[in-house]
Amino acid sequence: MKMKLFAAPYLVWMVVFILVPLIMVAVFAFTTDGGEFTLDNISDVGQYANIFVRSIWLALIATAICLVMAYPISFMLSRMEKHRQGTMLMIVMLPMWMNFLLRTYAWMTLLGNNGIINFLFGLVGLGPFKLINTQGAVVLGMVYNYLPFMILPLYSVMVKIDKSLIEAASDLGCGSVGVLFRVILPLSLPGITSGVTMVFVPAISTFIISRMLGGGSNLLIGDLIEMQFLGNSYNPHLGAAISLVLMVIILVIMTIMNQFSPDDQVLM
Amino acid sequence: MKKLGKIYMGLVLMFLYVPIFVLIVFSFNESKSRSVFSGFTFEWYEKLFRNEIIISSLVNTIIIAVIASIVSTILGTLAAIGIYRMRKVPKAVIMNITNMPVINPEIVTGVSLMLLFVFFAARMNLEFGFVTLVIAHITFDVPYVILNVMPKFGQMNPHLYEAAQDLGCGPFKAFIKVILPEIMPGVVSGFLMAFTYSLDDFVISYFTSGSTSQTLPITIYSMTRRKISPEINALSTIIFVVVVLILVIKNFIESRAAKRGGGKGENA
Repeated sequence: MKMKLFAAPYLVWMVVFILVPLIMVAVFAFTTDGGEFTLDNISDVGQYANIFVRSIWLALIATAICLVMAYPISFMLSRMEKHRQGTMLMIVMLPMWMNFLLRTYAWMTLLGNNGIINFLFGLVGLGPFKLINTQGAVVLGMVYNYLPFMILPLYSVMVKIDKSLIEAASDLGCGSVGVLFRVILPLSLPGITSGVTMVFVPAISTFIISRMLGGGSNLLIGDLIEMQFLGNSYNPHLGAAISLVLMVIILVIMTIMNQFSPDDQVLM
Repeated sequence: MKKLGKIYMGLVLMFLYVPIFVLIVFSFNESKSRSVFSGFTFEWYEKLFRNEIIISSLVNTIIIAVIASIVSTILGTLAAIGIYRMRKVPKAVIMNITNMPVINPEIVTGVSLMLLFVFFAARMNLEFGFVTLVIAHITFDVPYVILNVMPKFGQMNPHLYEAAQDLGCGPFKAFIKVILPEIMPGVVSGFLMAFTYSLDDFVISYFTSGSTSQTLPITIYSMTRRKISPEINALSTIIFVVVVLILVIKNFIESRAAKRGGGKGENA
Protein backbone atom coordinates (compact mmCIF):
# COMPACT_ATOMS: atom_id res chain seq x y z
CA MET A 1 0.00 0.00 0.00
CA LYS A 2 1.40 3.34 -1.00
CA MET A 3 1.08 5.56 2.04
CA LYS A 4 1.76 8.67 -0.02
CA LEU A 5 -1.67 8.26 -1.59
CA PHE A 6 -3.27 9.06 1.77
CA ALA A 7 -2.46 12.68 1.04
CA ALA A 8 -4.35 12.66 -2.29
CA PRO A 9 -7.76 13.89 -1.02
CA TYR A 10 -6.13 16.75 0.85
CA LEU A 11 -3.94 17.66 -2.11
CA VAL A 12 -7.05 18.04 -4.27
CA TRP A 13 -8.68 20.14 -1.52
CA MET A 14 -5.54 22.23 -1.12
CA VAL A 15 -5.30 23.01 -4.82
CA VAL A 16 -8.99 23.85 -5.21
CA PHE A 17 -9.56 25.80 -2.01
CA ILE A 18 -6.18 27.28 -1.08
CA LEU A 19 -4.12 27.61 -4.24
CA VAL A 20 -6.78 28.43 -6.84
CA PRO A 21 -8.47 31.15 -4.69
CA LEU A 22 -5.11 32.85 -4.13
CA ILE A 23 -4.35 32.67 -7.84
CA MET A 24 -7.79 34.18 -8.46
CA VAL A 25 -6.88 37.11 -6.20
CA ALA A 26 -3.78 37.68 -8.32
CA VAL A 27 -5.74 37.32 -11.58
CA PHE A 28 -8.49 39.69 -10.43
CA ALA A 29 -5.88 42.22 -9.37
CA PHE A 30 -4.48 42.38 -12.91
CA THR A 31 -7.67 42.19 -14.99
CA THR A 32 -10.66 44.34 -15.85
CA ASP A 33 -14.30 43.27 -15.68
CA GLY A 34 -14.00 42.15 -19.28
CA GLY A 35 -11.06 39.90 -18.43
CA GLU A 36 -8.37 41.98 -20.12
CA PHE A 37 -4.98 42.55 -18.58
CA THR A 38 -4.55 45.87 -16.80
CA LEU A 39 -2.31 47.58 -14.30
CA ASP A 40 -4.98 50.17 -13.40
CA ASN A 41 -6.15 48.31 -10.28
CA ILE A 42 -2.66 48.21 -8.85
CA SER A 43 -2.00 51.86 -9.65
CA ASP A 44 -5.41 52.77 -8.18
CA VAL A 45 -4.21 51.37 -4.87
CA GLY A 46 -1.87 54.39 -4.80
CA GLN A 47 -4.86 56.66 -4.13
CA TYR A 48 -5.21 55.02 -0.76
CA ALA A 49 -1.60 55.51 0.28
CA ASN A 50 -2.71 57.45 3.35
CA ILE A 51 -4.80 54.50 4.55
CA PHE A 52 -1.88 52.14 4.00
CA VAL A 53 0.46 54.42 5.92
CA ARG A 54 -2.09 54.73 8.75
CA SER A 55 -2.57 50.95 8.94
CA ILE A 56 1.14 50.21 9.01
CA TRP A 57 1.73 52.97 11.56
CA LEU A 58 -1.07 51.95 13.95
CA ALA A 59 -0.18 48.27 13.65
CA LEU A 60 3.48 49.05 14.39
CA ILE A 61 2.55 51.11 17.46
CA ALA A 62 0.24 48.37 18.72
CA THR A 63 2.91 45.72 18.12
CA ALA A 64 5.53 47.78 19.97
CA ILE A 65 3.20 48.36 22.93
CA CYS A 66 2.35 44.65 23.03
CA LEU A 67 6.04 43.73 23.02
CA VAL A 68 6.91 46.14 25.82
CA MET A 69 3.88 45.11 27.89
CA ALA A 70 4.26 41.37 27.30
CA TYR A 71 8.00 41.02 27.79
CA PRO A 72 8.11 41.40 31.61
CA ILE A 73 4.90 39.39 31.98
CA SER A 74 6.29 36.49 29.96
CA PHE A 75 9.55 36.60 31.85
CA MET A 76 7.84 36.57 35.24
CA LEU A 77 5.62 33.70 34.09
CA SER A 78 8.62 31.69 32.92
CA ARG A 79 10.39 32.13 36.28
CA MET A 80 7.47 31.07 38.45
CA GLU A 81 7.31 27.71 40.16
CA LYS A 82 6.16 25.00 37.77
CA HIS A 83 2.76 24.33 39.31
CA ARG A 84 1.86 28.03 39.46
CA GLN A 85 2.99 28.63 35.86
CA GLY A 86 0.17 26.59 34.36
CA THR A 87 -2.51 28.35 36.36
CA MET A 88 -1.12 31.83 35.76
CA LEU A 89 -0.72 31.17 32.05
CA MET A 90 -4.35 30.06 31.92
CA ILE A 91 -5.48 33.23 33.68
CA VAL A 92 -3.49 35.41 31.26
CA MET A 93 -4.78 33.57 28.18
CA LEU A 94 -8.39 33.21 29.29
CA PRO A 95 -9.74 36.46 27.79
CA MET A 96 -8.47 35.29 24.39
CA TRP A 97 -11.06 32.52 24.49
CA MET A 98 -13.87 35.05 24.37
CA ASN A 99 -14.87 35.92 20.85
CA PHE A 100 -12.88 38.99 19.80
CA LEU A 101 -16.04 40.82 18.74
CA LEU A 102 -17.25 40.66 22.33
CA ARG A 103 -13.89 41.83 23.65
CA THR A 104 -13.93 44.76 21.26
CA TYR A 105 -17.56 45.49 22.13
CA ALA A 106 -16.53 45.66 25.78
CA TRP A 107 -14.22 48.57 24.97
CA MET A 108 -16.94 50.19 22.89
CA THR A 109 -19.12 50.45 25.97
CA LEU A 110 -16.22 51.54 28.18
CA LEU A 111 -14.96 54.28 25.90
CA GLY A 112 -18.30 55.61 24.69
CA ASN A 113 -19.33 59.20 25.34
CA ASN A 114 -21.83 57.91 27.89
CA GLY A 115 -19.49 55.10 28.89
CA ILE A 116 -18.21 54.29 32.31
CA ILE A 117 -14.79 55.94 31.87
CA ASN A 118 -16.30 59.29 30.97
CA PHE A 119 -18.82 58.80 33.80
CA LEU A 120 -15.97 58.36 36.28
CA PHE A 121 -14.21 61.42 34.87
CA GLY A 122 -17.48 63.31 35.25
CA LEU A 123 -17.63 62.44 38.96
CA VAL A 124 -14.41 64.35 39.54
CA GLY A 125 -15.54 67.18 37.31
CA LEU A 126 -13.54 66.32 34.19
CA GLY A 127 -14.52 65.62 30.64
CA PRO A 128 -16.39 64.21 28.89
CA PHE A 129 -13.45 63.34 26.68
CA LYS A 130 -13.69 62.06 23.16
CA LEU A 131 -12.29 58.58 23.71
CA ILE A 132 -14.04 56.45 21.14
CA ASN A 133 -13.66 56.99 17.39
CA THR A 134 -10.04 58.03 17.78
CA GLN A 135 -6.81 56.44 16.60
CA GLY A 136 -5.87 55.86 20.22
CA ALA A 137 -8.98 53.74 20.68
CA VAL A 138 -8.05 51.65 17.64
CA VAL A 139 -4.54 51.04 18.99
CA LEU A 140 -6.00 50.19 22.39
CA GLY A 141 -8.35 47.67 20.78
CA MET A 142 -5.45 46.06 18.92
CA VAL A 143 -3.31 45.85 22.07
CA TYR A 144 -6.18 44.41 24.09
CA ASN A 145 -7.07 41.80 21.49
CA TYR A 146 -3.59 40.68 20.49
CA LEU A 147 -1.56 40.98 23.71
CA PRO A 148 -1.92 37.23 24.46
CA PHE A 149 -0.48 36.48 20.99
CA MET A 150 2.70 38.23 22.14
CA ILE A 151 2.81 36.72 25.64
CA LEU A 152 2.51 33.11 24.53
CA PRO A 153 5.47 32.79 22.10
CA LEU A 154 7.69 34.91 24.39
CA TYR A 155 6.82 32.70 27.33
CA SER A 156 7.43 29.47 25.44
CA VAL A 157 10.93 30.61 24.48
CA MET A 158 11.81 32.10 27.87
CA VAL A 159 10.72 29.05 29.80
CA LYS A 160 13.55 27.16 28.07
CA ILE A 161 16.22 29.63 29.23
CA ASP A 162 18.28 27.83 31.84
CA LYS A 163 18.25 29.55 35.22
CA SER A 164 21.94 28.75 35.72
CA LEU A 165 22.83 30.82 32.63
CA ILE A 166 21.39 33.91 34.29
CA GLU A 167 23.12 33.06 37.57
CA ALA A 168 26.43 32.43 35.80
CA ALA A 169 26.21 35.82 34.09
CA SER A 170 25.60 37.65 37.35
CA ASP A 171 28.31 35.62 39.11
CA LEU A 172 30.72 36.75 36.43
CA GLY A 173 29.93 40.38 37.13
CA CYS A 174 27.01 41.17 34.88
CA GLY A 175 24.56 43.68 36.32
CA SER A 176 20.84 43.12 35.89
CA VAL A 177 20.79 45.37 32.82
CA GLY A 178 23.66 43.38 31.39
CA VAL A 179 21.90 40.09 32.05
CA LEU A 180 18.82 41.40 30.27
CA PHE A 181 20.61 42.66 27.17
CA ARG A 182 23.37 40.06 26.88
CA VAL A 183 21.64 36.88 28.01
CA ILE A 184 17.86 37.02 28.12
CA LEU A 185 17.23 39.23 25.09
CA PRO A 186 19.40 37.27 22.62
CA LEU A 187 17.97 33.96 23.82
CA SER A 188 14.38 35.18 23.52
CA LEU A 189 14.80 36.57 19.99
CA PRO A 190 12.90 33.75 18.27
CA GLY A 191 9.99 34.44 20.62
CA ILE A 192 10.11 38.15 19.81
CA THR A 193 10.04 37.58 16.05
CA SER A 194 7.14 35.14 16.16
CA GLY A 195 5.25 37.29 18.68
CA VAL A 196 5.72 40.37 16.50
CA THR A 197 4.38 38.56 13.43
CA MET A 198 1.46 37.11 15.35
CA VAL A 199 0.42 40.60 16.50
CA PHE A 200 1.37 42.63 13.44
CA VAL A 201 -0.40 40.51 10.80
CA PRO A 202 -3.87 40.57 12.38
CA ALA A 203 -3.40 44.19 13.49
CA ILE A 204 -2.56 45.53 10.04
CA SER A 205 -5.41 43.64 8.39
CA THR A 206 -8.22 44.15 10.89
CA PHE A 207 -11.44 45.83 9.87
CA ILE A 208 -13.53 45.13 12.95
CA ILE A 209 -11.45 47.00 15.51
CA SER A 210 -11.19 50.09 13.33
CA ARG A 211 -14.91 50.01 12.59
CA MET A 212 -16.07 49.45 16.16
CA LEU A 213 -13.58 51.70 17.95
CA GLY A 214 -12.36 54.03 15.20
CA GLY A 215 -15.67 55.24 13.85
CA GLY A 216 -15.84 56.07 10.15
CA SER A 217 -12.82 58.35 10.05
CA ASN A 218 -10.03 55.92 10.87
CA LEU A 219 -10.29 53.46 7.99
CA LEU A 220 -7.64 50.77 7.73
CA ILE A 221 -6.58 48.48 4.87
CA GLY A 222 -9.01 45.83 6.10
CA ASP A 223 -11.95 48.26 5.87
CA LEU A 224 -10.86 49.20 2.38
CA ILE A 225 -10.82 45.57 1.25
CA GLU A 226 -14.15 44.82 2.95
CA MET A 227 -15.78 47.79 1.22
CA GLN A 228 -14.70 46.51 -2.21
CA PHE A 229 -16.27 43.11 -1.62
CA LEU A 230 -19.28 43.57 0.65
CA GLY A 231 -19.66 47.31 1.03
CA ASN A 232 -21.12 50.06 -1.08
CA SER A 233 -18.20 50.45 -3.45
CA TYR A 234 -18.33 46.95 -4.94
CA ASN A 235 -15.19 46.42 -6.98
CA PRO A 236 -13.56 43.00 -6.49
CA HIS A 237 -10.74 43.87 -8.92
CA LEU A 238 -9.59 46.80 -6.80
CA GLY A 239 -10.22 44.73 -3.65
CA ALA A 240 -8.02 41.95 -5.01
CA ALA A 241 -5.30 44.47 -5.87
CA ILE A 242 -5.39 45.91 -2.33
CA SER A 243 -5.23 42.37 -0.88
CA LEU A 244 -2.25 41.59 -3.06
CA VAL A 245 -0.41 44.73 -1.94
CA LEU A 246 -1.25 43.89 1.68
CA MET A 247 0.22 40.40 1.24
CA VAL A 248 3.39 41.86 -0.29
CA ILE A 249 3.78 44.34 2.60
CA ILE A 250 3.42 41.53 5.13
CA LEU A 251 5.84 39.34 3.20
CA VAL A 252 8.44 42.12 3.14
CA ILE A 253 8.06 42.84 6.85
CA MET A 254 8.23 39.15 7.74
CA THR A 255 11.36 38.71 5.64
CA ILE A 256 12.97 41.61 7.48
CA MET A 257 11.89 40.07 10.80
CA ASN A 258 13.33 36.69 9.89
CA GLN A 259 16.74 38.28 9.35
CA PHE A 260 16.89 38.71 13.11
CA SER A 261 15.92 35.19 13.97
CA PRO A 262 17.97 31.98 13.78
CA ASP A 263 16.93 30.03 10.67
CA ASP A 264 15.82 26.79 12.27
CA GLN A 265 13.67 28.04 15.11
CA VAL A 266 10.73 29.92 13.62
CA LEU A 267 7.68 29.31 15.71
CA MET A 268 4.14 29.61 14.32
CA MET B 1 11.90 44.49 42.52
CA LYS B 2 9.75 41.43 43.26
CA LYS B 3 6.98 43.66 44.58
CA LEU B 4 7.12 45.91 41.54
CA GLY B 5 6.72 42.83 39.34
CA LYS B 6 3.64 41.75 41.23
CA ILE B 7 2.07 45.20 40.94
CA TYR B 8 2.80 45.23 37.21
CA MET B 9 1.30 41.76 36.75
CA GLY B 10 -1.77 42.89 38.67
CA LEU B 11 -2.17 45.96 36.48
CA VAL B 12 -1.95 43.92 33.27
CA LEU B 13 -4.47 41.41 34.59
CA MET B 14 -6.76 44.33 35.47
CA PHE B 15 -6.38 45.63 31.93
CA LEU B 16 -7.35 42.21 30.60
CA TYR B 17 -10.27 41.52 32.92
CA VAL B 18 -11.91 44.82 33.85
CA PRO B 19 -13.64 45.25 30.46
CA ILE B 20 -15.09 41.75 30.72
CA PHE B 21 -16.27 42.27 34.28
CA VAL B 22 -17.90 45.55 33.37
CA LEU B 23 -19.82 43.70 30.65
CA ILE B 24 -20.88 41.07 33.16
CA VAL B 25 -22.02 43.60 35.77
CA PHE B 26 -24.05 45.58 33.25
CA SER B 27 -25.71 42.43 31.92
CA PHE B 28 -27.76 42.58 35.14
CA ASN B 29 -28.52 46.28 34.84
CA GLU B 30 -32.16 47.28 34.69
CA SER B 31 -31.70 50.27 32.40
CA LYS B 32 -29.86 50.39 29.12
CA SER B 33 -27.29 52.77 30.58
CA ARG B 34 -23.66 51.80 30.17
CA SER B 35 -22.41 53.76 33.15
CA VAL B 36 -25.05 53.86 35.90
CA PHE B 37 -26.23 50.70 37.58
CA SER B 38 -29.88 51.33 38.38
CA GLY B 39 -31.14 47.97 39.53
CA PHE B 40 -30.84 44.22 39.21
CA THR B 41 -32.66 42.30 36.50
CA PHE B 42 -32.58 39.08 34.47
CA GLU B 43 -34.52 40.74 31.69
CA TRP B 44 -31.66 40.68 29.15
CA TYR B 45 -31.06 36.98 29.71
CA GLU B 46 -34.75 36.23 29.13
CA LYS B 47 -34.68 38.34 25.97
CA LEU B 48 -31.54 36.55 24.85
CA PHE B 49 -33.08 33.10 25.21
CA ARG B 50 -36.20 34.21 23.38
CA ASN B 51 -34.15 35.69 20.55
CA GLU B 52 -34.60 33.15 17.76
CA ILE B 53 -31.87 34.60 15.55
CA ILE B 54 -29.26 34.13 18.27
CA ILE B 55 -30.39 30.63 19.16
CA SER B 56 -30.53 29.47 15.54
CA SER B 57 -27.14 30.97 14.72
CA LEU B 58 -25.68 29.30 17.80
CA VAL B 59 -27.04 25.93 16.65
CA ASN B 60 -25.71 26.67 13.17
CA THR B 61 -22.26 27.53 14.53
CA ILE B 62 -22.06 24.28 16.47
CA ILE B 63 -23.22 22.15 13.52
CA ILE B 64 -20.69 23.80 11.21
CA ALA B 65 -17.87 23.50 13.75
CA VAL B 66 -18.62 19.79 14.35
CA ILE B 67 -18.78 18.92 10.64
CA ALA B 68 -15.77 21.04 9.71
CA SER B 69 -13.56 19.79 12.53
CA ILE B 70 -14.39 16.11 11.95
CA VAL B 71 -13.85 16.32 8.19
CA SER B 72 -10.66 18.33 8.57
CA THR B 73 -9.31 15.93 11.20
CA ILE B 74 -9.77 12.96 8.86
CA LEU B 75 -8.50 14.86 5.82
CA GLY B 76 -5.57 16.36 7.73
CA THR B 77 -4.47 13.16 9.46
CA LEU B 78 -4.47 11.22 6.19
CA ALA B 79 -2.61 14.10 4.57
CA ALA B 80 0.03 14.17 7.32
CA ILE B 81 0.62 10.42 6.90
CA GLY B 82 1.09 10.84 3.16
CA ILE B 83 3.16 14.01 3.30
CA TYR B 84 5.52 12.48 5.86
CA ARG B 85 6.41 9.75 3.34
CA MET B 86 7.16 12.17 0.53
CA ARG B 87 10.55 13.28 -0.68
CA LYS B 88 12.01 16.57 0.46
CA VAL B 89 11.01 18.89 -2.38
CA PRO B 90 7.32 17.96 -2.82
CA LYS B 91 7.04 17.89 0.98
CA ALA B 92 8.42 21.42 1.26
CA VAL B 93 6.15 22.71 -1.51
CA ILE B 94 3.02 21.20 0.03
CA MET B 95 3.87 22.40 3.53
CA ASN B 96 4.44 25.93 2.24
CA ILE B 97 1.01 26.00 0.61
CA THR B 98 -0.53 24.43 3.72
CA ASN B 99 0.96 27.21 5.83
CA MET B 100 -0.63 29.93 3.71
CA PRO B 101 -4.02 30.09 5.45
CA VAL B 102 -2.17 30.20 8.78
CA ILE B 103 0.21 33.01 7.82
CA ASN B 104 -2.02 35.02 5.49
CA PRO B 105 -4.30 37.63 7.06
CA GLU B 106 -7.75 36.13 7.62
CA ILE B 107 -9.32 38.77 5.44
CA VAL B 108 -7.24 37.65 2.44
CA THR B 109 -8.26 34.01 2.97
CA GLY B 110 -11.89 35.10 3.28
CA VAL B 111 -11.78 37.29 0.20
CA SER B 112 -10.00 34.66 -1.90
CA LEU B 113 -12.60 32.01 -1.02
CA MET B 114 -15.36 34.50 -1.73
CA LEU B 115 -13.94 35.07 -5.24
CA LEU B 116 -13.89 31.31 -5.82
CA PHE B 117 -17.46 30.86 -4.57
CA VAL B 118 -18.72 33.77 -6.65
CA PHE B 119 -17.10 32.13 -9.66
CA PHE B 120 -18.82 28.81 -8.92
CA ALA B 121 -22.11 30.46 -8.01
CA ALA B 122 -22.25 32.08 -11.42
CA ARG B 123 -21.55 28.84 -13.29
CA MET B 124 -23.01 26.09 -11.13
CA ASN B 125 -25.88 25.86 -8.77
CA LEU B 126 -23.96 27.00 -5.72
CA GLU B 127 -25.49 29.36 -3.23
CA PHE B 128 -23.71 31.23 -0.47
CA GLY B 129 -24.74 29.74 2.84
CA PHE B 130 -24.29 26.53 4.76
CA VAL B 131 -22.23 24.70 2.13
CA THR B 132 -19.81 27.56 1.45
CA LEU B 133 -19.38 28.10 5.20
CA VAL B 134 -18.52 24.43 5.80
CA ILE B 135 -16.04 24.42 2.88
CA ALA B 136 -14.41 27.61 4.14
CA HIS B 137 -14.16 26.28 7.69
CA ILE B 138 -12.62 22.98 6.56
CA THR B 139 -10.13 24.95 4.48
CA PHE B 140 -8.80 26.99 7.38
CA ASP B 141 -9.06 24.06 9.84
CA VAL B 142 -7.06 21.40 7.94
CA PRO B 143 -3.68 23.18 8.18
CA TYR B 144 -3.96 23.23 11.98
CA VAL B 145 -4.62 19.47 12.03
CA ILE B 146 -1.65 18.80 9.75
CA LEU B 147 0.63 21.08 11.79
CA ASN B 148 -0.41 19.23 14.95
CA VAL B 149 -0.02 15.71 13.53
CA MET B 150 3.21 16.12 11.51
CA PRO B 151 5.58 16.59 14.49
CA LYS B 152 4.34 13.30 15.97
CA PHE B 153 5.90 11.42 13.04
CA GLY B 154 9.24 13.03 13.78
CA GLN B 155 9.06 11.66 17.32
CA MET B 156 8.10 8.17 16.12
CA ASN B 157 10.59 5.40 15.40
CA PRO B 158 10.19 4.82 11.63
CA HIS B 159 11.17 1.15 11.92
CA LEU B 160 8.26 0.31 14.21
CA TYR B 161 5.86 0.10 11.28
CA GLU B 162 8.19 -2.17 9.32
CA ALA B 163 8.82 -4.31 12.40
CA ALA B 164 5.09 -4.81 12.89
CA GLN B 165 4.78 -5.95 9.28
CA ASP B 166 7.77 -8.27 9.60
CA LEU B 167 6.11 -9.82 12.63
CA GLY B 168 3.02 -10.69 10.60
CA CYS B 169 0.78 -7.62 10.70
CA GLY B 170 -0.89 -6.64 7.45
CA PRO B 171 -0.28 -3.04 6.37
CA PHE B 172 -3.72 -1.94 7.58
CA LYS B 173 -3.41 -3.69 10.92
CA ALA B 174 0.12 -2.35 11.35
CA PHE B 175 -1.21 1.12 10.72
CA ILE B 176 -4.00 0.77 13.29
CA LYS B 177 -1.80 -0.91 15.89
CA VAL B 178 1.42 1.06 15.52
CA ILE B 179 1.09 4.38 13.74
CA LEU B 180 -2.33 5.52 14.94
CA PRO B 181 -1.61 5.25 18.70
CA GLU B 182 1.66 7.15 18.19
CA ILE B 183 0.06 10.10 16.40
CA MET B 184 -3.18 10.11 18.40
CA PRO B 185 -2.22 13.01 20.76
CA GLY B 186 -1.54 15.17 17.70
CA VAL B 187 -4.82 14.15 16.09
CA VAL B 188 -6.76 15.02 19.24
CA SER B 189 -5.11 18.40 19.73
CA GLY B 190 -5.55 19.13 16.03
CA PHE B 191 -9.25 18.32 16.27
CA LEU B 192 -9.73 20.51 19.34
CA MET B 193 -7.87 23.39 17.72
CA ALA B 194 -9.93 23.07 14.53
CA PHE B 195 -13.14 22.97 16.56
CA THR B 196 -12.34 26.09 18.60
CA TYR B 197 -11.16 28.02 15.53
CA SER B 198 -14.40 27.12 13.79
CA LEU B 199 -16.55 28.21 16.73
CA ASP B 200 -14.69 31.47 17.04
CA ASP B 201 -14.18 32.47 13.42
CA PHE B 202 -15.73 35.68 12.26
CA VAL B 203 -13.71 37.18 9.40
CA ILE B 204 -13.67 34.23 6.99
CA SER B 205 -17.30 33.35 7.76
CA TYR B 206 -18.27 36.96 7.16
CA PHE B 207 -17.07 36.80 3.57
CA THR B 208 -18.41 33.32 2.80
CA SER B 209 -21.78 33.18 4.56
CA GLY B 210 -24.34 34.97 2.42
CA SER B 211 -27.66 35.88 3.98
CA THR B 212 -29.26 32.45 4.45
CA SER B 213 -26.88 30.89 6.96
CA GLN B 214 -25.39 32.86 9.85
CA THR B 215 -22.95 31.88 12.55
CA LEU B 216 -23.02 33.28 16.07
CA PRO B 217 -20.07 35.66 15.57
CA ILE B 218 -21.82 37.13 12.52
CA THR B 219 -24.99 37.63 14.54
CA ILE B 220 -22.96 39.25 17.32
CA TYR B 221 -21.41 41.58 14.76
CA SER B 222 -24.77 42.70 13.43
CA MET B 223 -25.94 43.24 17.02
CA THR B 224 -22.98 45.50 17.77
CA ARG B 225 -23.82 47.59 14.72
CA ARG B 226 -27.06 48.61 16.38
CA LYS B 227 -26.38 51.12 19.09
CA ILE B 228 -27.14 49.61 22.46
CA SER B 229 -28.25 46.06 23.10
CA PRO B 230 -27.65 44.75 26.61
CA GLU B 231 -28.39 41.24 25.32
CA ILE B 232 -24.78 41.19 24.10
CA ASN B 233 -23.67 41.71 27.71
CA ALA B 234 -25.78 38.75 28.76
CA LEU B 235 -24.37 36.65 25.94
CA SER B 236 -20.80 37.65 26.87
CA THR B 237 -21.43 36.65 30.46
CA ILE B 238 -22.69 33.22 29.43
CA ILE B 239 -19.77 32.66 27.05
CA PHE B 240 -17.30 33.80 29.72
CA VAL B 241 -18.76 31.39 32.28
CA VAL B 242 -18.67 28.52 29.76
CA VAL B 243 -15.04 29.28 28.85
CA VAL B 244 -14.00 29.43 32.51
CA LEU B 245 -15.76 26.14 33.22
CA ILE B 246 -14.13 24.38 30.27
CA LEU B 247 -10.65 25.65 31.16
CA VAL B 248 -11.01 24.75 34.83
CA ILE B 249 -12.17 21.23 33.95
CA LYS B 250 -9.35 20.88 31.41
CA ASN B 251 -6.78 22.04 33.96
CA PHE B 252 -8.20 19.67 36.56
CA ILE B 253 -8.04 16.66 34.22
CA GLU B 254 -4.52 17.55 33.10
CA SER B 255 -3.17 17.99 36.62
CA ARG B 256 -4.68 14.67 37.66
CA ALA B 257 -3.18 12.96 34.63
CA ALA B 258 0.19 14.55 35.38
CA LYS B 259 0.06 13.32 38.99
CA ARG B 260 -0.80 9.79 37.89
CA GLY B 261 1.71 9.59 35.06
CA GLY B 262 4.52 11.17 37.07
CA GLY B 263 6.78 13.22 34.78
CA LYS B 264 5.30 11.66 31.68
CA GLY B 265 2.86 14.44 30.94
CA GLU B 266 5.66 16.99 30.95
CA ASN B 267 6.46 16.70 27.25
CA ALA B 268 2.88 16.62 26.01
